Amino acid sequence: MSMKVQTRQVDGVTILDLSGRITLGEGSVTIRDAVRDVLAKGSNKILLNLAEISYIDSSGIGELVSAFTTVKNSGGELKLLNLTKKVHDLLQITKLYTVFDVREDEASAVSSFNK
Amino acid sequence: MEKKTDRATLTFGKSTSTLPSLLSFALDDWYAGSAGTALADSTTSRVSFTLDSSLDSVNKLELTAEEVAQRAGFDEDTVTHVAMAVREAAVNAVLHGNAYDTTKYVTASFETTSDSLIIRVTDQGPGLDPDTIPDPLAPENILRGSGRGIFLIKAFMDEVHFRQLHPGTELTLIKYRKPAQPGN
Repeated sequence: MSMKVQTRQVDGVTILDLSGRITLGEGSVTIRDAVRDVLAKGSNKILLNLAEISYIDSSGIGELVSAFTTVKNSGGELKLLNLTKKVHDLLQITKLYTVFDVREDEASAVSSFNK
Repeated sequence: MEKKTDRATLTFGKSTSTLPSLLSFALDDWYAGSAGTALADSTTSRVSFTLDSSLDSVNKLELTAEEVAQRAGFDEDTVTHVAMAVREAAVNAVLHGNAYDTTKYVTASFETTSDSLIIRVTDQGPGLDPDTIPDPLAPENILRGSGRGIFLIKAFMDEVHFRQLHPGTELTLIKYRKPAQPGN
C-alpha cells in the first residue's frame, strides 16, 4: 500500500509520477522528500502526476498543500496532473481545486510552466 | 516489550454456537486465536475492538469500515466515504488524542441496524472540543498543511457527535442506510 515515485524531466519540468496511497505514515513523507529533493537539485518547475494515486486522506491533502506552498515560496511552480475521481472530489470538497493548477494533458501542462 | 493483544467482541443476539459470516473476515484476519464473543440478532449486528495507538490500528479500522459498509449494502462511493471518515476518526484518536502513547488505547465499534451504520471511535486523550477547530475552508486556513480531518468526517457522514469522556473523546459517526425522511 506504500507510495512510489518515479522522476523524469520533460522540457525543463520535473514530473513526479506518483502511485499508491498518499496517507499519514505512507505517502505523505515520500512526497515531502521527493519535492525537497527536486528543489535541492535546482529545479522548481514540478508537475505531480496523480494518475496512479488510488487514495488520499486529509494528511495527504495537507502534504500536497505544503508541497505547493514550499515550491511557490522558492519562486517555482507546482501543478497537478491527471487527478482520479476520488482525488478530484476531495479537492473540490476542500475548496482546493481552484488553489492548485490542475491539468489533464501532460504536454500542455509542461508547456504551461513559465519558461 | 509486552505484546499487546487486540480484543474483539462480536455481538449478534443470543446464539454463541458459531461466528456469523458478517465481519468474520475481521476476526479471521486480525484476531485468529484471540478470544471473542458471538451472539445473534436478526436486526442488529455489532462488533467492537480495542487497539493500540498505532498507524496499524488506523489501517485496521479503515479496512473494517470498508468491509462493514459493503456488507450493509452501501454503494461504492459511500463505502469509500465511510471508510475515509473512519480513517480520519482513527487518525484523530491515535495521533491527536492518544499521541501514539503506548499505554493508551483506541476503542471502536461498528453497529449495523435496520436504519443506520453507527461507528464509535474513542480515545484516552486530553479531549477534543470541536468548536475550537478552525474552519479549513476559511481563506486564512485554506493553505494550511493540516486540520481537514474533522471537516471530511462531517462531509462524508450523515451525523457526527462528540462526547467528552474525561479523559478522552468519543466520536460517533452515523450513515443512514436509506435516505432520511423529511420531518424524521
